[in-house]
Amino acid sequence: MINWGNFVSQLFNGLVLGALLALISSGLTIIYGTLGVLNLAHGALFMLGGFAGWMAYTYTGSFILAVIAGSLFVMVVGFIVERVIIRYFYDRPHEDQLLVTFGLGIVFVEGARFFFGSLSKIVPAPAGLGGILNLGFMFYPAYRVALLGIVVVALVALYIVLYRTRIGMIVRAGIEDSVMVDALGIDVYKVFMLVFGIGAMAAGFAGIVNAPVVSITPDVGEAYLVQTFVVVVIGGVGSFPGAVLGGLIAGEIISITSMINPGYSYVMLFVAMTLVLVLRPYGLLGTAGRD
Amino acid sequence: MSSHDKNGVSRRTLLTVGAGLAGSFALPGFSGQVLAADQPPMGTWPDGSKGSTVTIGAAVPRTGAYAAQGEDELKGMQLAIEHINEGHPLIKKIAPKVSKGVLGKKVDLVVADSGAKPNNAVQAQQRFINENKIVAMTGSTSSAVAVALNKFAEREKILYLVAISGSNDTTGKDCARYSFRQCFYGETAANAIGPVLVKNFGKNKKAAFMTPDYTYGHTVTKSVNDYLAKNGGWTMVTNQVSPLGTSDFSQYLTNIANSGADVIVNVNWGRDAVLSVQQAKQFGLTPKMKMVIPYQIPFLAKEVGAELTEGVFAATDFWWTLEDKYPLAKMFVEAFDKKYGYKPEWGAENAYMQFAIWARMVSEAGTFYPPDVIKQYEKGEKFDSMVGEVHFRPQDHQLVRPVVIVKGKAPKDMKNKEDFWEVMEVVPGEPLMQKPDAFGCHLGDYT
Repeated sequence: MINWGNFVSQLFNGLVLGALLALISSGLTIIYGTLGVLNLAHGALFMLGGFAGWMAYTYTGSFILAVIAGSLFVMVVGFIVERVIIRYFYDRPHEDQLLVTFGLGIVFVEGARFFFGSLSKIVPAPAGLGGILNLGFMFYPAYRVALLGIVVVALVALYIVLYRTRIGMIVRAGIEDSVMVDALGIDVYKVFMLVFGIGAMAAGFAGIVNAPVVSITPDVGEAYLVQTFVVVVIGGVGSFPGAVLGGLIAGEIISITSMINPGYSYVMLFVAMTLVLVLRPYGLLGTAGRD
Repeated sequence: MSSHDKNGVSRRTLLTVGAGLAGSFALPGFSGQVLAADQPPMGTWPDGSKGSTVTIGAAVPRTGAYAAQGEDELKGMQLAIEHINEGHPLIKKIAPKVSKGVLGKKVDLVVADSGAKPNNAVQAQQRFINENKIVAMTGSTSSAVAVALNKFAEREKILYLVAISGSNDTTGKDCARYSFRQCFYGETAANAIGPVLVKNFGKNKKAAFMTPDYTYGHTVTKSVNDYLAKNGGWTMVTNQVSPLGTSDFSQYLTNIANSGADVIVNVNWGRDAVLSVQQAKQFGLTPKMKMVIPYQIPFLAKEVGAELTEGVFAATDFWWTLEDKYPLAKMFVEAFDKKYGYKPEWGAENAYMQFAIWARMVSEAGTFYPPDVIKQYEKGEKFDSMVGEVHFRPQDHQLVRPVVIVKGKAPKDMKNKEDFWEVMEVVPGEPLMQKPDAFGCHLGDYT
C-alpha cells in the first residue's frame, strides 16, 4: 500500500523501531568495542532485565521501580559474570568467547523458563502513556512515542559516561594499551568489570523499557539478538555512534520495505548488511584494525 | 568353544532350528507375526515391539514462538500414556480393546525439543528410532515440522501421529501413507468460520490479513480469503506476511492502519498471535477493526486477557465447555484438570485423541506391523471422540470431525477465570472438507 500517508507513517515507525534497536545494540557494541568480547548472551541479559523488572512491577506496581530494578539486576549479573567467567576468556581465542557467552545465554534462558514458564508476562505502559496519540498522519501508541524520548536520553547518558568522563578515558586507554594503564597504577580489571556491567545494564534497561511493547518470555531476546548483530555490523562493530546509526537504518529498512512487500522486510535488512560487508567491511562508522 | 560340536554348528543354533521345525509341524497353517514371510522387517518392526514396552517419540517445541503450545500438547500426550497404561475408562471409550497397555505392552514416551524447527524435529526422531526403536512418532506445532515429519515417516516406515498442524498441505499435497491428522485445518476452518463472519459482519467487507510466512499461514489465508471473496464479496485489502517468531509487528500494523480494512483476519499463531493481538490494540486498530482468528491458539486468551479477545470470532478443535455436550469431553476435562490444575486447551485434546486413536487402531489390528495398522485406520470405522462420532478418510488420512466456532466473552460474562470463549456452533466436518484429491494428495506405498 504505497501512498503518501502510509509512507510518512512508516517513516515515523521506522524511527521508533530503529531507536529501540539502537538502544539494544549499544550494550553489545560497548562490550565488544572495549573488551573485544562478542557477547552472545546479550539477548539473554535483555530478557533478564525484562523479568527482573516484571517482578518488581508485580510487587510494587511502579513502572519506574521496575525500570530501576531491571537495569540494576542485570548490571549486577554482568559484574558477577565478568568476574567469575568472562575475565578468564580475554586472552583466549574468539571462538572460546563466543562459545562461553552462547552457553551462558542458554543457561539464563532455560533458568528463566524453569522459574517463570513459557507463557508471556505483561508489564503495562506507565499511567498516562497507555493510550493512543493522534499524530496527524496516523494514530500511534503513546508509549512508543515516549520510548523514543527515553531511548534518546539513555543513549546520551551512555555516551557521556563512556566518552566524556574520567572513567571513559581510562576505559579507552585500557583498550589501546592495557599493560601501560596497569603500569600507571590503575586496576584495569576493575575497569573492565565496570564496562561489562554497564553494557549488561544497557541490555537490561532495554529489556524492561521494551516490555510494554513486546511482552516478556524466556525467548524474547533471541529474535532481538539476531537483529542487534545486523545493526552492529551495519553501523560498525564496536562503534557506539555506529550502533545508533545502524539501528536507525535498520528500523527504516524494515518499515519502508514492509510498505512495498511485507514479506521482504527482514530479507532487505540482511541484503543491506551484506552490501555493507562487501563495500565497507568494518561497517559505516567502524574503523579498520581493531583486533 | 565348548558349545560347538565337531561340525562347527553351535548347540544353540541346532536347538533353535529344531524348535522352529517342531513348532511349524505342530501349528500347520500358522501365520502369526513371528514367522510370517509376508511381514518382512521394516522401520523399527519387529524390534520396536519385542520387549514388554513400546515407545513413542515426541518432538514438541519447548522453546521459541510455539513453546507454550508445545507444553500443552505434551501434557495431553502424557495424560494419554498414563490412561493407556492403566486402562482408564476414557481410553476404553475410544479404544475398547486397550487394557493396561496396548497388546499387552506398556507404552512409554520419549520427548525432545523441536523449537518448532523441521531440522531439529527430524534429527530428534532419527535419534529416537536408533536408540529407542520407537513404534510411532508425534509432535509438531508448526506445519513446517509436520510436513517434514510426513516425508520422514514415509521414508523410515514409522507411523506419524500429526500433532498441531493447520496447513492444508499436511493431508493435501504433502500427505503421507504413514501419517494421520486428527485436528481441523485451513480449509475446514475457513468453511466453518466463513458463514459466521458473513452473517455477523455483512457482505462486501474489507479484510486485512496477517499471515505467518510458511505453509500453515499461506494455506489458511488462501482458504479463508477464497471463502469470503466467493460467498461474501469481501476483498483482501492487504496481506501482511511476517516471519515466524516476529516480535515487533509495528510496521505491519502501520500498513493495516492505512489500509481502510473493516476486519483483521489474524492467522499468526503461538507467541506471534499473542504479540500481534496485543500490539493491534496498542495501535488502536482493535476494537475499531474487528479481529478474527481462523485457527485458534491454545492459551491466547489467558495470555492477552479477556479484554482483548472479547467479541473475537475463532475456529477451533475443542473448547472445554463442550463438556456440557459430550460425555467424553467431560471425562477428559475432569481428568486433565485433576492432574494439571487447569482446563485443557485444544493442543492437549488433539494430542490425547491422537494417542487414543493410535491405541485403538493397533489394538484392533492386533499387531504393531505398520501396514496392518495403517489399513486399520483406512477402514474408516466410526468411533466416539470428544466432539462426537468421527472417522478417518482413507484417501488422505484426515479425520472427519467437526469444527468448533467460538466467540470471546466479555470479562463481565465469564463464569470463572477460564471461561474465555462461548461456543457458538459445532459445525459438522464432512461438508467442510475439500474433495480428497483437490489439494493434490497422493499417498505413498505401504512398504
